[in-house]
Amino acid sequence: MGYQNKVAVVGAGLTRFVRRAQETGKELCFEAARMALDAAGLRPRDIEAVVMGTAPDVFDGVHMKGEYLADGAGGFRKPYMRSFVGGGSGVFAAIHGWYHVASGHFDTVLVVAEEKMSSCLPHPQAAFNGIYDQFLERPLGVNLLWIFALEMNRYMQVHKIPLETIALVSVKNKRNGLDHPCAQEGIPGNYTVEEIVGSEVMVWPVTRLMVSPVTDAAAAIVMVSERVAKRISDRPVWVKGVGWHLDTSYWTNRDLYYPKYVEYAARMAYDMAGITNPRREIDVVEAYDPFAYKELHHMEGLLLCDKGEAPRLLERGITARNGELPVCPSGGLLGVGNPIAAAGLMKVAEIFWQLRGEAGARQVSRPVRTGLAQAWGDLMQVGTVVVLGV
Amino acid sequence: MSVHIREYPGVPLRDRDLQEGRVLATEWRVKAQYAWDTGAALSRFFRGLKEGKIYGRWCPGCNRVMVPPRMFCEWCFRPTVRWVAVRDTGRVNTFSVSYVNWDASRSSVPRVPAVIELDGASPGMGIMHLLGEVGDTLEEILRRVRVGMPVRAVWKPPTERQGAITDILYFAPVEGPGGGENG
Ligand SMILES: [Zn+2]
Repeated sequence: MGYQNKVAVVGAGLTRFVRRAQETGKELCFEAARMALDAAGLRPRDIEAVVMGTAPDVFDGVHMKGEYLADGAGGFRKPYMRSFVGGGSGVFAAIHGWYHVASGHFDTVLVVAEEKMSSCLPHPQAAFNGIYDQFLERPLGVNLLWIFALEMNRYMQVHKIPLETIALVSVKNKRNGLDHPCAQEGIPGNYTVEEIVGSEVMVWPVTRLMVSPVTDAAAAIVMVSERVAKRISDRPVWVKGVGWHLDTSYWTNRDLYYPKYVEYAARMAYDMAGITNPRREIDVVEAYDPFAYKELHHMEGLLLCDKGEAPRLLERGITARNGELPVCPSGGLLGVGNPIAAAGLMKVAEIFWQLRGEAGARQVSRPVRTGLAQAWGDLMQVGTVVVLGV
Repeated sequence: MSVHIREYPGVPLRDRDLQEGRVLATEWRVKAQYAWDTGAALSRFFRGLKEGKIYGRWCPGCNRVMVPPRMFCEWCFRPTVRWVAVRDTGRVNTFSVSYVNWDASRSSVPRVPAVIELDGASPGMGIMHLLGEVGDTLEEILRRVRVGMPVRAVWKPPTERQGAITDILYFAPVEGPGGGENG
């Protein structure tokens, strides 16, 4: 196996997703972390190490945000590390936490992910333009959305996917978000395809209702070794597999229609989990959906269907909450909100709640034993995957 | 969120809170300036642009001509060995139509970013640039621009070039046989 310990998730917490939080990043971290500890029945002093996932410093304008947030995350005077792979950070932080425990080095680890995007005025978009190459791309007057609009159009062109089909992701996830008590005000809703497609064009083919909003929030999970899990939890959720992979930052030199790095990350996680047929063996999926097309793109990268086939699964209702392969039953980033790193860890937490049957109105109708959370980010180049099971 | 949790912390601020100054806001001008070194590969690339030429770099391991050029091949992890002048014509790999400025403010005039695969570079070796002469409205642009459409660089006059990516103003559709709407 290559590692010492089986690792379980035994508690999770989440703050409400808001457009401009009155709370500081530290305060948000504290709320989520305390909730996860309470859920696990642990006290801060039971935690041996803390992992923080938070994406860019520039949003908050706080230098070394990992260190800044340590107090709120319970990382004070503890072994503490920050994970940072852009949008992939939230799921990567869970992988990082798994590593701490699987290695045999720690028995109890608290993983916290936070993003406070709204501090950056007038819009974090401007701060995020720094992802582009400073010589070749920024002088063109870039915008963060360009890269996604270009990828989306390439995906649509290669597979001949109409915009209306992609809009169905927004319809589904924004409807699912209605059942999420932490969803950001004004984000979930009952929308028609026409409303999604007809909303303001941001960067064609991306319209306003096909992109997730600016959000502040924090999420947390508690990860423990098998020994501790058996002692403190009657319903541990096991980490069955983890995978991560990075592609080239020469993003214009890749064929954007297919996320190969997600496939590699998924294969790594499936191998570890002993999954040979993900289409049959994965029961519920939280794929990363900051843009509507990304859910489809990622389902294909996760090998849950053939290339270009994800739109058909969507149209046939297979990815609906009561479908055969529920995708983003939480509502995802489109339906709940997108506090970058916290959104990724929220997906891990959602799978945890789904596998424990605690998801309430969001609980998928089919019985679930194995679930997957995935995130993606940096210069469209990182895939992070966690497979959980009971 | 678990059914066992009844309280969801997180208090949103209202627009009114901002308008009525109940939020502490500070403002300062950051004087952040950078003198970046372009490195061996891009120095030659930008010098080429000043001369109206686009240079790629060839890797003997995988036989790829790569644009943007680099001094090493990330696949073979060995040095690239030769400069190759590629053409300033190519095809649109993908494009979009932007109504959003760099700072997320709204722009009334759309811009058309694209990934362009240059002739003479290996397949798939696109660069990002803008398309021009393709219309002023979304409808017009979507009618005129196609993935696979042949394009040609429109350069700044030689005296105005600075050795920067903006020495190419934009890429314009190539008219005539093989060009135009169906590409
Ligand atoms: Zn090579």
